[in-house]
Amino acid sequence: MSDASHGQASAPGRRLLTHLDRLEAESIHIFREVVAECAKPVMLYSVGKDSAVMLHLARKAFFPAALPFPLLHVDTTWKFRAMYEFRDEVAKQPGIELLVHVNQDGLARGIGPVTHGSQIHTDVMKTEGLKQALDRHGFDAAFGGARRDEEKSRAKERIFSFRTPAHRWDPKRQRPELWSVYNTRTNKGESVRVFPLSNWTELDVWEYIYREQIPIVPLYLAAPRPVVERDGALILVDDERLPLRAGEKPTLRSVRFRTLGCYPLTGAIESTAGSVAAIIEEMLASRTSERQGRVIDHDAGASMEKKKQEGYF
Amino acid sequence: MTTPAADPAANLARYLEAQSQKTLLRFITCGSVDDGKSTLIGRLLYESSVVLEDQLAALATDSRKVGSRGAELDFALLVDGLAAEREQGITIDVAYRYFATARRKFIVADTPGHEQYTRNMATGASTAELAVILVDARKGVLTQTRRHSYLCALLGIKRIVLAINKMDLVGYQQERARAIEDEYREFAALLGVGEIRVIPLSAALGDNVVAAGGNMPWYQGPTLLGHLESVDIAVDDGAAPFRFPVQWVNRPNSDFRGFAGLVASGRIATGQAVRIAPSGRESTIERIVTATGDLREAVAGQSVTLTLASDVDVSRGDIITTREAPLECADQFEATLIWMHEEPMLQGRQYLLKLGAQTLLATVMPLKYRVNVDTLEHEAAERLELNDIGVCELQFDRVTGFEPYTANRALGGFILMDRLTNDTVGAGLLHFALRRSQNIHWQALEIDRRVRAAQKGQRGCVLWLTGLSGAGKSTIANLIDKRLVALGRHTYLLDGDNVRHGLNKDLGFTPQDRVENIRRVAEVARLMAEAGLITLVSFISPFRSERRMARELMGEGEFFEVHVDAPLAAAEARDPKGLYKKARRGELSNFTGIDSPYEAPEHPEIHIDTTALTPEQAAERIVEHIARAGVLAPAPRAG
Repeated sequence: MSDASHGQASAPGRRLLTHLDRLEAESIHIFREVVAECAKPVMLYSVGKDSAVMLHLARKAFFPAALPFPLLHVDTTWKFRAMYEFRDEVAKQPGIELLVHVNQDGLARGIGPVTHGSQIHTDVMKTEGLKQALDRHGFDAAFGGARRDEEKSRAKERIFSFRTPAHRWDPKRQRPELWSVYNTRTNKGESVRVFPLSNWTELDVWEYIYREQIPIVPLYLAAPRPVVERDGALILVDDERLPLRAGEKPTLRSVRFRTLGCYPLTGAIESTAGSVAAIIEEMLASRTSERQGRVIDHDAGASMEKKKQEGYF
Repeated sequence: MTTPAADPAANLARYLEAQSQKTLLRFITCGSVDDGKSTLIGRLLYESSVVLEDQLAALATDSRKVGSRGAELDFALLVDGLAAEREQGITIDVAYRYFATARRKFIVADTPGHEQYTRNMATGASTAELAVILVDARKGVLTQTRRHSYLCALLGIKRIVLAINKMDLVGYQQERARAIEDEYREFAALLGVGEIRVIPLSAALGDNVVAAGGNMPWYQGPTLLGHLESVDIAVDDGAAPFRFPVQWVNRPNSDFRGFAGLVASGRIATGQAVRIAPSGRESTIERIVTATGDLREAVAGQSVTLTLASDVDVSRGDIITTREAPLECADQFEATLIWMHEEPMLQGRQYLLKLGAQTLLATVMPLKYRVNVDTLEHEAAERLELNDIGVCELQFDRVTGFEPYTANRALGGFILMDRLTNDTVGAGLLHFALRRSQNIHWQALEIDRRVRAAQKGQRGCVLWLTGLSGAGKSTIANLIDKRLVALGRHTYLLDGDNVRHGLNKDLGFTPQDRVENIRRVAEVARLMAEAGLITLVSFISPFRSERRMARELMGEGEFFEVHVDAPLAAAEARDPKGLYKKARRGELSNFTGIDSPYEAPEHPEIHIDTTALTPEQAAERIVEHIARAGVLAPAPRAG
């Protein structure tokens, strides 16, 4: 992109940084702070749009140097095919080191969302898998793409979220965060989860993807896809991993995803928005929040908080 | 992969263009419990259409189940997050909310009104440009209203909105609003707040929040949202001096050396002459690097990477300024502290202090006074408890560039961290330097410690013997001393008893005095080690934190912690000075092991089990250890 599109003034005089400029600068500051102070950081890479924005910001933060930390994908083995393809393309790019971790124990036990339900699948393959990977590599800081606007209990999450050696989030040990002075220090075994996108909203993320032309998984854009309607959600028939129930017949509908989790757990929405600009337009008219597509959040009121205490993001 | 292309639709392009012109306002809401903060924020979110369909459905369910407004929507439930506080019905932590209008985007820090949570208020205020302070029209200005206003002013918020809420419950009377306004302005005048806007409203019913409504025709001013949208935000337009704390040194290869950071204030262009604080070295800006191309100029708020025309030494924590507007540098300050931890602040204890990109050690020297935040009176105090605010003198372990907090939040605001737990225990604001050392240049001493030690054929170091009274520290230290002198080495022995008769005779045995006792001894030991001496320290030194402070004064491999370990029963049985007996009779208070704790070393270099070794054997073992560590051989000449 040219300088002009970033609003850089070439003539002397006043210039206001826009909202996105300020968010970008803040996120870059956070990335640099972790790399300057933590011994062994890693970026959790979920292949979704927030991960795409994080990766883009991280590259900006360290340019012209390569990324000074690896990406870690905790693979539940139930991602959409398009996500695996996209991930593998990203991994081929120069300067990218991608670690993939699968909870082998969970795999051996045959844990899956269809057979065990969303709760057990997420606990074992995602939360447990994440802890295993963090322990194995001894990472003391892990970047995550969570935003405070996603869910009520996240509104109080710190940018630097402290975790005990057992990866638990203890509300009493969270540190006050003043200005942009972050306490990154940990004792042996302790770690921090760091959320550079804390202050971004879903709309900010899309506007930034638009402005910076950041590549995203095609599933975010509407296209005719085979789906079945199940428990009120539109479930994509991605491949033979999803057994169809009696009477279910896939139909071709124009759908897209607002959020990409594990595929039977993530519902699509009907849409004709085939470009990022069209998505932004549709969002402005929409009154349905992003996490609604995720089956996992539909449990009791404080379920996300409970998950967080256990080590889920 | 999909690279999205721009949509040609002209209206969308216009919208996105308008978005790119939006500014950002960060503000904080504060008030006492039940003043209606959460309800007000919930309504702002609701009215600005960021509350989405499924959240509304959940809100309707929650309102019936736990809400306080019967069948009506309880907007507070939109923002009260954590399960525990939902049950208690109060907000107990800082929550951040986001909403936008056609003109501006907003980040709201929702902070608790409960008295014990001052630390959260300070946290929310630290990033806010404006504060909305709520009062209940029925109750008027309360103690906590004053407290919150003081904190907002202290943390540098220059714009205040006094939102007089629940006007519906006082019959929308103008007289009531005016009385509250008068009382508030009188108090606020003491704080020197820049601008106060008073808005009477009802968060629950919506009057004057987004739309005026017809209930208060006597009020002619803007609605709350109208004011938030239009209030002038002070923008650093480059008039402020250029300040760039170096956050990270970017060295991908030997050809590139860039200094990454966020411009804290002012602006800089390529070719401008710059100066580095605290070294005082000068250079010129060569490039302003970003991933999307070099810039000619960078302004406050941008994260960039600077390269310099000459090869000067710059590292994380240094601050780049223009040559014309250099930074004041100092290592002693007057500062305000806000204490945020259950463990009180102790005078004389060292804390890790993080200021911008640098972390250093700071010692709280005298605490001058504590501020009574309700009356603003100064009170004498020796320590700060959780949520106390006080003014003190701080001694840094090195000279650093800074600006007073009132001039620059980024260069004057700091946090304090505990050295053992790493918890953030406090925050603070620098006011001014006590001893000016502006533009200091450190001259490397030609005769350095290496030269001094080499002259003696050894390396200067500290052997720190810690243990209970009566464990045998002094006996062993004396034997080591004799042994080393017999070997032709140069030593000195600092003993608890002899130092307390001289240098530290003004100190007693309270925790504060023990901390100060060790601090002085550690500093003296360092000076002796720098003079090239093998320095023996024989002190009970019961606290880990102070032993660690002593360790960190020394270089790697120059500090040997020796735990002279005797079970309490054994030490008490020996009791060479009869002190345990006195302590047991209650004639001695704060006696280590009896009514004052001994924190045993976790990883001492040398552990001496006095029940298994004689003092002679212990001394021999210690001398062998330091010999193996190379202390008895001259240091290599290479630097």
